[in-house]
Amino acid sequence: MPRPVPAPDPLSKPFWDACAQGKLMVQKCTMCDRKQFPPEATCRNCGWAFNLTWIPTSGRGTIVGYSVTYDTRINAWVPDQPFNNAVIALEEDPAIKFHSNLPGVKVNEVPVGAKVEVYFLDLEDGIKLPEWKLVHH
Amino acid sequence: MARETGWERSRDPVGIWEHRGKVALASRGHAPTDRRWDGVSMDKTLGAYTIIAANAAIEDAGIKPSDIDGIITSPGGQPGGAPIGDTWGPVRPYFAPPYNTEDGLTQVTGEWLARQMGLKNVRYFNSHGDTIWNLIGLAAQCVGDGRCNVALVTYPTGNLEGRYHRNPDTRVRGPAQWSSPWGWGLSGQGFTFEQYCRKYGSNHDRMAPFVVQEHKNGLLWPGSYYAQHEPQPFTTEDYLNGRWIAQNLSIFDCDRPVNTAAAYIVTTAERARDMRHKPVYILDHTESTFQPRSLVQDLDDTEAFCKVQAERSYAGSGLRPKDIDIFLPYDGFAVFTQYFIEAFRWRGVNKGEAHDLYAMDITPQGPNPLNTGGGNMGTGRMRTAFFSDPIEQIQGRAGARQAKKAEIAVTHGVLPGNAATIVMSSTPG
Repeated sequence: MPRPVPAPDPLSKPFWDACAQGKLMVQKCTMCDRKQFPPEATCRNCGWAFNLTWIPTSGRGTIVGYSVTYDTRINAWVPDQPFNNAVIALEEDPAIKFHSNLPGVKVNEVPVGAKVEVYFLDLEDGIKLPEWKLVHH
Repeated sequence: MARETGWERSRDPVGIWEHRGKVALASRGHAPTDRRWDGVSMDKTLGAYTIIAANAAIEDAGIKPSDIDGIITSPGGQPGGAPIGDTWGPVRPYFAPPYNTEDGLTQVTGEWLARQMGLKNVRYFNSHGDTIWNLIGLAAQCVGDGRCNVALVTYPTGNLEGRYHRNPDTRVRGPAQWSSPWGWGLSGQGFTFEQYCRKYGSNHDRMAPFVVQEHKNGLLWPGSYYAQHEPQPFTTEDYLNGRWIAQNLSIFDCDRPVNTAAAYIVTTAERARDMRHKPVYILDHTESTFQPRSLVQDLDDTEAFCKVQAERSYAGSGLRPKDIDIFLPYDGFAVFTQYFIEAFRWRGVNKGEAHDLYAMDITPQGPNPLNTGGGNMGTGRMRTAFFSDPIEQIQGRAGARQAKKAEIAVTHGVLPGNAATIVMSSTPG
């Protein structure tokens, strides 16, 4: 069964549109110079909406922790159990986090602290989903 | 003065509560605790059980139904009064009145309850309660502000057949678009716990003494699902063999859904002194809600949120960690209880040390009486052991669970990012 597919809304559409072009974007408030993700209608720090813009990220990050799902409530994921659930901190602002299943990394062998970079998985409806892979030097 | 919304003491500095020691919990009442409602036994619906619990609380206080002038409830036990389990409708047909809507089946409003119980003197209804910590805080504020004098406070927690909260969505909208495509769910609990263990050098096995002791305590509390239906001991071996729901979150870290209801009488200290049992004075209530900076609430977020709420509670009550005799931090999930213990610095426990406390004597009669009623792990997902037990402790009727010293009890829940704390005392302070 394929994984659940995001249904963009007005707030999230710029993010998913950028993903479709192979770019990982986050919101930035030009007033307080603060990034935020997931997107919100206003800057959570200063409360204004009209200073929010979208900026590209480096697409690089670090694995800061993980778990493994053995018994999910999400029906679409049941056939793929167990699977990794890693959390990625963005390189230029580690407060910004992303999810990853780290495809190709063995279950429960997630290298915490390792560097990763984004790539995009093709889902249905033209959605491209950001995923992350280990950076090998 | 409490408003319908915004009544919480959630902005620093909160200051000492203006009704400190002037409001009290007078009694508690419980219905039987079942694993599920079977969908056919109309004498075991959540509504029927809430009536049983309400009558028990009224009887326990030694008052008459006509004395009740306020009903304050969380209709389903979750934030906003939403049901803890799934709803009955619309996939299944409703029944004849009074079960022709969700009210009475998976939620129980104060209005429904008053109609069924024939409570004629209720002049204040509030069916906008939250989880039980916020609910008791709301009730305390309402009574302190004079909206009612003798409040019947009810807390139903329902569970229907089947596994609840299954998610069949193949297209995900709103917040789920940022989590479901990666299968993120209960893994969040395991993620934070893994960060905790990695930072402080602990491991999941060190949870065992805590959860095992909670089960022992729960078997000594008559309201517990386990005491009523599965009285066999729960062992360290049982815990260590628990299957993973997610890595670092075992099935035995998850509270077991049950179908039951509890009720309390919250009243002025003055009225409580004339009731059957000695008053359990409420010294303070405080609340907090936080939002993590980004997609997940990590360990840094968690510790920061808990610290703010713990300090807010101490500021509101005027107490210090050494003043707390019995501490009752929420445990549903068990893997986040250590954050509460460390934030409150109970028994001098600092960051990363809660699992050391678990290895010490945490029995009710020992020096560190922790979750003396069994928490949710030892009772089921009813959340009311966090109040019924300390009420009984302070009133000196906890029986085999009675702590040696039970003058101040503090309970705290529900989540590290959405919490309230209630401070209870044998004296008005």
